Amino acid sequence: MQLDLSLIVPEIAVAVLAMTVLIFGLIIPAESRQGLGWFTAVTLLGVMGLVIAGWENMGSLYGGLYVVDQYSQFFKIIFLVAAFLVVLGSMRYVDKHLGGQSEYYSLTLFATLGMMVMTSAGDFMTIYLGLELMTIAFVILVCFRRIESKSLEAGMKYVLLAGMSSAVLLYGLSLVYGMTGSVVVSEIGGRLAEVGANPLLMLGLVMLVAGLGFKISAVPFHMWSPDIYEGAPTPVTSFLAVGSKAASFAVLIRIFIVGMQGVALNWELLLALLAAVTIIVGNLVAIPQTNIKRLLAYSSVAQAGYILVGMVALDPEGGVKGIMFYGFLYVFATLGAFTVAAHFYNKTGSDEIKDYAGLAQRSPLMAAVMVVAMLSMAGIPPLAGFVGKFYLFMNIVDNYLWLAFVGLVMSMVSVYYYLRVALVMYRNEPLDETPIAVSGPVSVTLILTMVVTLFLGIYPGPLSEIVNSAAHSFFLH
Amino acid sequence: MDGFPFLTAILLAPVAAALIMVFIPRDEGKLIKCIAAMGTFVSLTLSLYVYFNYDMSIGGLQFVEQIPWIRDLGVSYFMAVDGISLPMLLLTNLIGFAAVFASWNVNNRPREFFILFMLLVTGVMGTFIAHDLFIFLLFYEVVVIPIYIMVIIWGSSKRVTKEYAGMKLTIYLLIGSAFLLVGVIAMFMKSVGILGHPDMSFTALAEAGKQLSAFDQKWLFGLMLFGFGSLISMWPFHSWSPDGYAGAPTAVSMIHAGVLKKIGGYGLVKIALVFLPLGAKFWAPVMAVLGVAGVTYAAFGALAQKDLKYIVGYSSVSHMGYVMLAIGSFNLIGINGAVANMFGHGVMAALFFSTIGFIYEKTHTRWIPDMGGLARQTPRLAVAFMLAAMASLGLPGLVTFIPEFTIFVGAFQVYGGLAVIGIAGIILTALYVLRAGANTLFGPPRDEYNHLEDIRGPEMVPLVVLGTVLVVGGLLPSLLFDMINSGAKDIMTHVEGVLKIGGVL
Repeated sequence: MQLDLSLIVPEIAVAVLAMTVLIFGLIIPAESRQGLGWFTAVTLLGVMGLVIAGWENMGSLYGGLYVVDQYSQFFKIIFLVAAFLVVLGSMRYVDKHLGGQSEYYSLTLFATLGMMVMTSAGDFMTIYLGLELMTIAFVILVCFRRIESKSLEAGMKYVLLAGMSSAVLLYGLSLVYGMTGSVVVSEIGGRLAEVGANPLLMLGLVMLVAGLGFKISAVPFHMWSPDIYEGAPTPVTSFLAVGSKAASFAVLIRIFIVGMQGVALNWELLLALLAAVTIIVGNLVAIPQTNIKRLLAYSSVAQAGYILVGMVALDPEGGVKGIMFYGFLYVFATLGAFTVAAHFYNKTGSDEIKDYAGLAQRSPLMAAVMVVAMLSMAGIPPLAGFVGKFYLFMNIVDNYLWLAFVGLVMSMVSVYYYLRVALVMYRNEPLDETPIAVSGPVSVTLILTMVVTLFLGIYPGPLSEIVNSAAHSFFLH
Repeated sequence: MDGFPFLTAILLAPVAAALIMVFIPRDEGKLIKCIAAMGTFVSLTLSLYVYFNYDMSIGGLQFVEQIPWIRDLGVSYFMAVDGISLPMLLLTNLIGFAAVFASWNVNNRPREFFILFMLLVTGVMGTFIAHDLFIFLLFYEVVVIPIYIMVIIWGSSKRVTKEYAGMKLTIYLLIGSAFLLVGVIAMFMKSVGILGHPDMSFTALAEAGKQLSAFDQKWLFGLMLFGFGSLISMWPFHSWSPDGYAGAPTAVSMIHAGVLKKIGGYGLVKIALVFLPLGAKFWAPVMAVLGVAGVTYAAFGALAQKDLKYIVGYSSVSHMGYVMLAIGSFNLIGINGAVANMFGHGVMAALFFSTIGFIYEKTHTRWIPDMGGLARQTPRLAVAFMLAAMASLGLPGLVTFIPEFTIFVGAFQVYGGLAVIGIAGIILTALYVLRAGANTLFGPPRDEYNHLEDIRGPEMVPLVVLGTVLVVGGLLPSLLFDMINSGAKDIMTHVEGVLKIGGVL
């Protein structure tokens, strides 16, 4: 068997890059490490170029252990875009509040590597490997503000809860392995048909859902996310909300749609219920929040619910396509909102919504980006979220019509709390008149997220074609 | 001029104006207002050109522009007008142009105000000229956010706060649109199954609708009725309308009462009725009953009000009841009457709200007991008020008379009793409108209003533009009715064709 290592060049590149950044940190004196952020951002763009160049280059390594298809490539692009935007948006924040630039960027890169491994993983072992690489990197990043107790508390919580969810996931994986005798995802489907439904397998599946449900913060496994989102440094929060969630979805899709397709275990109904509860609870609990990061945390719980909807689509290819499309635009909307929050904190030291009063006059760009990001999450046209929800929900009207009602009605409810933020920013007079300056890299991030969100909403054609071919490649093997 | 994309130009003129405004210093209010006026004027002129160059002898879709947009959903940028959409497009531009001048005295953050207003007008126009369901939805929901922001910044808090009014308006319409969206998505997925390929154009979906089972048509129409019905303030989903209009700034009330809620009626006629004729037949009696209930309930509601904006708010709910009754009567005359009444009421409501806006600006009250004798101090304003009031009660010779008459003719053939109750509603209308007019304009003048200046200069534009349309439309009704009839005929031919096949099957 021949190993085509060209398939994993992007992963190798990210790993080398992560170590290089670490070594640079040793060589370069502390006061001149500001450039590391730019270095990381630019090289991430380069890696993205590698992935795009290898778009047609598909195959699997080590006997199905590592699968490179357009599906995984697409997710890798999502992670790299997210990492790029996070690094770009967090440079000032890191310099001002965190320090330890080389460790910060290096850990961000390791987390990215973990996500990339997760989406390409073809068997349980590799999935777990990628998951842990990502989680451990995040644990350190979450408590990166060593001097602040909130950040440390968040880190502690994350280490405990993530450890527990990993244990649950592992137990689930081992039960499925015990029943089927295989750890390779694509072989499981066939074996399951022989085994048929039995209680142990059911238990295994429920544990898989619980373990991954924690990572995507689906209700009732979402309790950790508001606390940790609030305590972690804001750029880390945004990466956690985007990257970790998208990677876990990639795994969830691969295990359930490839591994368990056609298995008479009714996991679709389980996921549909999970999606409905997640959408309802996420949106309703977001309403009374007064802290912008907690509000965004609950709204991102609700977003996970919408994405879960794609898992139960009548036509799996359409569902996967919807998830990928939504995932892509979710990155831009979430990063836009969190970058505004991070920058606002940077300048004013506050995360309270009431302090956003008059932001439209202090910094029209930040207010506009926040509104565009939030309305896109709510699914108001002409922003990308509308098209995304259309793709997600159109595949379930024939089998889960009630879920479509729940999802669309709740997304209109979400407009209520998003608009409350808009109200504070636009109607209220500022308490402090001083304009908030938006610096170079941050304004690039902000403008990029806003333009992409608008563009995808008005002209989604090109992206939908890319997603089409990616979703198609997912079902080829 | 064959190749010139008139509809896109009409659509983009206000957007272009908004883009120019972005680059103008925020304190140059006059210049910003002039640019807004220019933008809406260009749209108005072009839509007049399109209106009078539409060939009614051919009928059908004209001024077509079609560009593929999202291939895998079968969406195309498909712009076209027919006899139903043209009057609505013209109405939007008439009101949009007039509303700019009705807002001439907005001096608090004028740049933001007019940028949002331009976006609002664009969104409304887009719904009327889109011939693709996806593009229609895009414009349909796009209007909600500018309205919210305009209400909370420039609105007024009287009986309810403007924050409450704005949020109520927004949530009502969005919840309605959520149900509509489910209906639309389900309709689209079924059409994919029938046609074998995705196509979102109205034409294709109407074809697909022919083959939908009666059961599907019924529940899909029910969802659309709820969605469009809450937008047209169909009783009992109307309660956002009086509160919302009372809280909103004048221009928003004008656009909202004048054209935006007409999107509901337009959607029912051009989308729900055409796509789902069997469903429409099933729901027709419900629409008629709810329509008449709205007519009488809202008329009594208006009788009890003392705030001018609430009176007009309730009266617009009441008038939309006639539209629902007309659609429910499910015949050609009824559809003609429905569309014509939407046009007539739009002009009237816009003139009413702009007049009330000026009265409020000058007297700082909308509370009728605090007013009286204004006809002496502000005669021109009084003329505008009376013109709108007369149109509201359907005085012959004004644009609203023949549509209401047509509606009753159409409804009487089907629902005799309901039509009689509906006609009785006119008496109530006369009662509250005349009472409001008498107590505001006539009687002994009050000293505190002696210093009031009458409307003049730019403030006259709404009166002149909308008043002219009221009178000309009343004296030459064929200008309007020939156009609407050419569109309604096509629709009813299609609907009856489908029903016949359904009967044979």
